[in-house]
Amino acid sequence: MGTTETNRSDGSSRLDRRLLLERLSSYWLVGAGFFAVALFGLIVLTLVQQSIPIVSEYSLFQMMTSSNWDPASDEFGFLPAIVGTIYVTVLSMAMGTPLAILAAIYIAEYAEGRTKLIVSSFIDVLAAIPSVIFGLVGLIVVVPFVGDYLAPAVGAHSIGLGIVTVSLVMAIIVTPFMISLSVESLEALPDELRESSLGVGATKWETIRTVLLRAAGPGIFSAILLGFGRVFGATIVPAMLIGGQTAIPESPFDAGETLPTLIVNDFGELMSIPLTQSALILVGLTLLVVVWIFNFGAMLVRRRLQRRWQY
Amino acid sequence: MDRYTEQRLFGLLARASAALILAVLVMVVGVTLWRGGRVFITDPAVAVTPPGSRYMLDGGGGFLHAVLGSIFIVVPATVVASILAISTAIFLQSDYSSERTSDVINMFLNVLWGTPPIVYGVFVLTIIIAAGAQTSLIFGTIAIAIFQYPIMTRYADEALRAAPDTVKEASYGLGATRFETARMTVRAALPGVIAGIIMGFARGIGDAATVLFTAGRSTQMPGGPFDPATTLPILIFEQAASFNAEVRSHAYAASFVLIITVLALILVSKLLAGKFARFAPGGRHS
Amino acid sequence: MSNETAIRTEDLEVTYTGNREVTALDGVSTEFAENKLTAIIGPSGCGKSTMLKSLNRLHEIQPNAEISGEVYLGDEGIYDTDEPLPEIRRRVGYVPQTPTALPLSIYNNVAYGAKIHGNYSNSELDDLVESYLRKVNLWDEVKDRLDDPGAELSTGQIQRLCLARSLAVEPEVLLCDEVTSALDPISAEQVEETLEDLKEEYTIIMVTHSMDQAKRLADDVVFLYLGELVETNDTRSFFENPQNERTQEFVKGHTAVDYDDEPDEESVTDEQPVATR
Ligand SMILES: Nc1ncnc2c1ncn2[C@@H]1O[C@H](COP(=O)(O)OP(=O)(O)OP(=O)(O)O)[C@@H](O)[C@H]1O
Ligand SMILES: [Mg+2]
Repeated sequence: MGTTETNRSDGSSRLDRRLLLERLSSYWLVGAGFFAVALFGLIVLTLVQQSIPIVSEYSLFQMMTSSNWDPASDEFGFLPAIVGTIYVTVLSMAMGTPLAILAAIYIAEYAEGRTKLIVSSFIDVLAAIPSVIFGLVGLIVVVPFVGDYLAPAVGAHSIGLGIVTVSLVMAIIVTPFMISLSVESLEALPDELRESSLGVGATKWETIRTVLLRAAGPGIFSAILLGFGRVFGATIVPAMLIGGQTAIPESPFDAGETLPTLIVNDFGELMSIPLTQSALILVGLTLLVVVWIFNFGAMLVRRRLQRRWQY
Repeated sequence: MDRYTEQRLFGLLARASAALILAVLVMVVGVTLWRGGRVFITDPAVAVTPPGSRYMLDGGGGFLHAVLGSIFIVVPATVVASILAISTAIFLQSDYSSERTSDVINMFLNVLWGTPPIVYGVFVLTIIIAAGAQTSLIFGTIAIAIFQYPIMTRYADEALRAAPDTVKEASYGLGATRFETARMTVRAALPGVIAGIIMGFARGIGDAATVLFTAGRSTQMPGGPFDPATTLPILIFEQAASFNAEVRSHAYAASFVLIITVLALILVSKLLAGKFARFAPGGRHS
Repeated sequence: MSNETAIRTEDLEVTYTGNREVTALDGVSTEFAENKLTAIIGPSGCGKSTMLKSLNRLHEIQPNAEISGEVYLGDEGIYDTDEPLPEIRRRVGYVPQTPTALPLSIYNNVAYGAKIHGNYSNSELDDLVESYLRKVNLWDEVKDRLDDPGAELSTGQIQRLCLARSLAVEPEVLLCDEVTSALDPISAEQVEETLEDLKEEYTIIMVTHSMDQAKRLADDVVFLYLGELVETNDTRSFFENPQNERTQEFVKGHTAVDYDDEPDEESVTDEQPVATR
């Protein structure tokens, strides 16, 4: 730059322009940086403000323990949805977590070369498939499977739609997220850990179980919580497969509802009743708060694990 | 149990788990392509035909409106979200923010990242009601952009951090300003950044919960930004519950279109990321 | 080498396939004497770590390592054998270059291998942990904090913990890969003292970058160059009367410079690419 006369005489105004751009851009970037904070604040404030009408009318405790949901006659019982959400979350995580951790162990510790590359790319593909497609395939495949085979096999009755069906599908949907995070944590471990353990005569599995799963524990733990958040807030698959029933389910093969499906089913139609709207926004707020608490709790537990299981 | 048996057993279980997940993936993709493909064989134009007047009841016509709706909602959303995400990611670099600041912002990003999409839907709908507006294409765009923003920021941040420090040093060494240097860094990390944008696009085009009550669930061709619209995932969601077999079959066709789109996007993003990993010095995959 | 042979290699050849093929060991046949400390020396990248790991088949965790030849532990081969791999590795212990505590308490770091291999009662384990921690001169420093994470110790202490962990499974041979190179001089000296004590009782094979350390500690020396065995002899003759021209150069080159710290630092940086997976 600045090899010719004109360029040199131009130099100071060009510098001014560059510095101006630097200043303007830094305002924009600071703004963008704090956008995440502002967005979160705005979401929380909006939801809180819109939840006030229902909370000032009915006590939270009363709503959470009542099983009667009938907005037309001013009944707002969340209990069936809460029970359904817990059912689905626990069942899917109980099935999905071991599956995901074992698959992650396979990818990180057993698979090699091309196989490894192919398997982990397939996991990434699975992560990106829209959940509505899982819901649709669930309707075609899982619903008849549960209704005609699984439920009769365990002596239960099922119309095919229901909590078990949702959980089976969700268990698969959560695995890719848990797998990729777990694989990342396992692969970040130094080979010296493997060598140290194998070097005293431990088997590969003993090494994985006692040493690697612990050393990668904090990461795997985060992965599980991430999966938890996914199942907990899942909307489309439960809405398609749970069968929409506003009573407390008696068996996991029953139809039911979850907090997100409550929102989906009632939002459009009952918007005219102001309290319903507020009640549903309260449900949205609850989802956010629970996920937030879990994030925060995860951070604390993670820190403890990191100390306990450091290497 | 003898320790060698245990070792074999768990080795087997690990393999079986991976195999099971892959089998499910193959099944999901296979069923979608098979069912959707059959509809396309009998009615090849279904994706480019506008819907009939009683489309959701009798399946007359096609779902061009949802294809266009998806494009008109998700493309602008991706543009907006990627600009915001790249800016945030630049700000998170050490040139602009202290470690403390970026830690705090990262914490909020993580919370946003884990927030269920339905919450964004409820949030935007609340704004719509408060503003006395009507659910429409533009609000669908906003909701999707909010949903994509934390996802893309994470990818962009990772890509920028993987960019070699030498780029920064060289740029500063030439007397460049922070912003000029940031632009160089983004350029150096471009394949990774673009891969992240494409992943965000794929996630955005597949999500239904955010747009379900914000875009308007229209059953007609999209008009302007303030008219109701619909997207492929919403359409599939609604059609899947239909009692009319013809309408249900369109859900399979729409899924076919959606899954092909998503697979293509992932492929492109993978190719870019692979290229990226090969050129990144000391990259994680070296 | 007049003593009994604890472990010997026959035509050992290790190749790393991958982007480019590297022959890390090219037909090495040598013997390691029982209850002696043998030092493996040689320039960076000449195959020292590979040699060490091939003695208990640890190189096999690298997906791209291929080996031919045989290693005899006593009279039995360790490659062509029915003996389970973990049992071979118990008999030939390994201490990595980087001090590595397992993600367990100090106590369980030592007890880890013993718990796997034997049925000890709690009090027997207590005794075992104490005796091995004493053996590596660590007991007095950690006896009040046995339940703390092993990784909270200093690197020098961790390295001695690693020695205790390896010894606690009663190996016949102990492999040590540059066990002092990541340590500060004082910790290094403590680990050296420990090794000095141990070599009476154990067959130790140690890789080192420091000629001085080899002179101080080793009974025998094995010199590798570019994957080939150049010379092996008892320490005294090796340094005072090297037979091979290469050895003469290498020994001279290293006595000329201040080899006390410099080669060590070199080894730390050189090791990194090898350690990645
Ligand atoms: N996993 C691997 N893949 C490919 N090549 C490898 C691998 N491990 C080692 N090598 C190569 O094999 C050769 C011998 O490596 P080795 O680690 O045995 O040397 P070394 O003598 O221990 O070196 P240093 O003194 O640096 O520790 C080197 O050229 C190294 O680059
Ligand atoms: Mg080495």
